[in-house]
Amino acid sequence: MTPSDEALTWALMLDPRAVEAMLMAAFPDGTISVRDLTGTSDHFDAVIVSGRFEGLSRIERHRLVYAALGTAMSGPIHALALRTKSPSEISK
Amino acid sequence: MSESARDRIQNLVDTHKVMLFMKGTKSFPQCGFSNAVVQMLKLHGAPFETFNVLADPEVRDGIKSFSNWPTLPQLYIGGKFVGGCDIVTEMHESGDLRRELEGAGVIAAS
Repeated sequence: MTPSDEALTWALMLDPRAVEAMLMAAFPDGTISVRDLTGTSDHFDAVIVSGRFEGLSRIERHRLVYAALGTAMSGPIHALALRTKSPSEISK
Repeated sequence: MSESARDRIQNLVDTHKVMLFMKGTKSFPQCGFSNAVVQMLKLHGAPFETFNVLADPEVRDGIKSFSNWPTLPQLYIGGKFVGGCDIVTEMHESGDLRRELEGAGVIAAS
């Protein structure tokens, strides 16, 4: 693990807001909320509403999210339950 | 991932119409998300095969590059990757899971 990954690992271990910040960077138009499911900073759920999801399948949407979280997904985040919606699905 | 791990995964996915790579087993799931998928499949009365990745580190890592998906559990229907717990839950709620299981011929069309 590179030093930055190391720091990243610790940063994420402590706070769902770090996860939220990473997602905001990838979904700047997005409405994002991240919760720590177990209080152990490694099981999260996230609800993301973004125009980037328009017309994409569930798997494609989740892949965008995993790409945004990068190495965090193979390290500190053990489980991440996702709800990914596009604005048009919300306004229905 | 070794060739043998890839072949074993491919063989499992091709052999079983509904294949669930999970943490633990049907009777002793060792992760809430894995257990949720087991319960949903049971709700639909779909016969399914499971593989306990906790017992096989090579498959546990190999499955993630096999499907280009970083988490477990992973559900495959008709040899096709369907998703993890959150996607299967959404499909269960929308009726898509039932349609996929019917399409794979593992449960009768309702």
